[in-house]
Amino acid sequence: MSAEIPVARHAAVPDISDRRAPGLGGLNLTILKLEIRRLTRNRRTMIFAVVAPVVLFLAFGLNKAYAGQRAGEGNVSAFIMISISLYGAALATTAGGAMVSIERAAGWSRQLRLTPLSPAAYIAVKTLTAMVLGLVSVIVVFAVGKATGKPSLPGDLWFATAASVWVGSVLFAAFGLFLGFVLPTENVMQFLGLIMALLSFAGGLFIPLSSFPKLVATIARGTPLYGLNQLVHAPMLNQGVHLAWVANVVIWLAIFVGGAVWRFRADTGRV
Amino acid sequence: MTSTSADAAARSRGVGQPHAVDLAGVHKNFGPVHAVRGLDLSIESGEIVAILGPNGAGKTTSIDMILGLSQPSSGSVSVLGMHPRQAISRGLISAVMQTGGLLKDFTVAETVEYTASLFTHTESAAEVLKRAGIAGIADRRVGKCSGGEQQRLRFAMALLPDPELLVLDEPTTGMDVEGRRSFWSSIRQDAGKGRTVLFATHYLEEADAYADRIVLMRQGQIVADGTSSEIKAMSAGRTVRATLPAASEAELAAIPGADSVELRGDTVLIHATDSDAVARYLLNSTPAKDLEIIARGIEDAFLALTGDAATTSTSTSSQGASR
Repeated sequence: MSAEIPVARHAAVPDISDRRAPGLGGLNLTILKLEIRRLTRNRRTMIFAVVAPVVLFLAFGLNKAYAGQRAGEGNVSAFIMISISLYGAALATTAGGAMVSIERAAGWSRQLRLTPLSPAAYIAVKTLTAMVLGLVSVIVVFAVGKATGKPSLPGDLWFATAASVWVGSVLFAAFGLFLGFVLPTENVMQFLGLIMALLSFAGGLFIPLSSFPKLVATIARGTPLYGLNQLVHAPMLNQGVHLAWVANVVIWLAIFVGGAVWRFRADTGRV
Repeated sequence: MTSTSADAAARSRGVGQPHAVDLAGVHKNFGPVHAVRGLDLSIESGEIVAILGPNGAGKTTSIDMILGLSQPSSGSVSVLGMHPRQAISRGLISAVMQTGGLLKDFTVAETVEYTASLFTHTESAAEVLKRAGIAGIADRRVGKCSGGEQQRLRFAMALLPDPELLVLDEPTTGMDVEGRRSFWSSIRQDAGKGRTVLFATHYLEEADAYADRIVLMRQGQIVADGTSSEIKAMSAGRTVRATLPAASEAELAAIPGADSVELRGDTVLIHATDSDAVARYLLNSTPAKDLEIIARGIEDAFLALTGDAATTSTSTSSQGASR
């Protein structure tokens, strides 16, 4: 036995000189593909993020009483389509980001720490997945809008507006990540519908803030969907951009990214 | 084994091959809880080592540090001569954890594909599924797999990077005897290649049957380190039990060959390496009667080394928090 051990040990001497860490911290298209496939399996998320906005647009965006009225460069139907697409994109990206809470509860994030995937790459994957879901939501709402023939917008604004809604929704991918790291349970998705509905009302997506009492409207202007909602409607309304809208988006982005990074650090420190 | 490949390997690793695992003076505190208290442990490449100890002994805490999941409060941890995180990013360490770590809405094959995509150097997914014995359930959702199947999936994932060090943290907890046996036979079939295997367990028979070396931990420290037979020998001996009213503990402890003495009313229990000498003394020089000699198994060796029998069962629950 003792004579065999050195032989076995020699055989065991590992040649590890060719072992390398992956580039980009392990980020790759395979995981993105699998993450997106997994996301589409979650019926609740798909209904919230894609079906609900379409239903809302069909319910409120086509009403003969006001849909055809002019609004800036377009009409009210287009205005509503943009609001609803922002609601859908924000909900989709928040839900996508908040998936980290499910993954933390399942111990998946801990499992990933036993692989070369870097924490930054993990966050990048989650953000990209959330943004893909957001993109689907925006495209579907705009496509349905176009198909109904009601919304009127100058040709180039269709694309520019959809793109700005989508890019702006990165704010809510960060919000979702933050929530995902704060809420340790699988129940996070149940809160999302409610939270996003409240933020959408406060942001003026469903009802103009001018119809709220003055104090409520003032407070609502400080909520995270308000600035973004104003900005995505700016091209069609063509009445300029207020610095306060930009400030709203920048400040909330800093809060959500900062909060997510802070909770993420605490999380990886502990596990 | 030819000398050239051994030389090449030696060159690639530099002079004085690093150990597969090296812990030096490692302490880990969680607030006031001192979970690991001065651990020194070196594991050579190719060894199969069991860390054995009751709950709360610091096994999982030590493993977390070896895996780079947590940092020691003081002391140093290295794997194959590098920081654990570096070894992980190169696919040199894999681990099979006790529970969790799987997403139930992926299929078995998707979980493996996901994990495989993260490594630069990987075995094929089909190959690891076969070796883990779950090729037949590749398309099943993880949420629909049994506990044993999920554990095999974790094992398949751990095989992907062809790691130099495989760490298993109580891998068979919750499995039935048959499941445990077949899980270990998969591990053993795989260990032929000279992979270093480190596993934590509180099943004595697992450590006894599958490890070349057993490291016994108690209250954050190593209390014994050797082969299974060495560990048994360390607490070898028998217990001599007799009825002896008004016995003097000091007198009994002085019997040559007696290791420890316990008095329970009129009953005396003497743990002895030389039980014959103790029995002879009791029968010849004292009024002892009803004498019995009881052999100690590995179970007793474990209890003798990891805590006294009377407190072991209670300490497992009270120390659980430090894990």
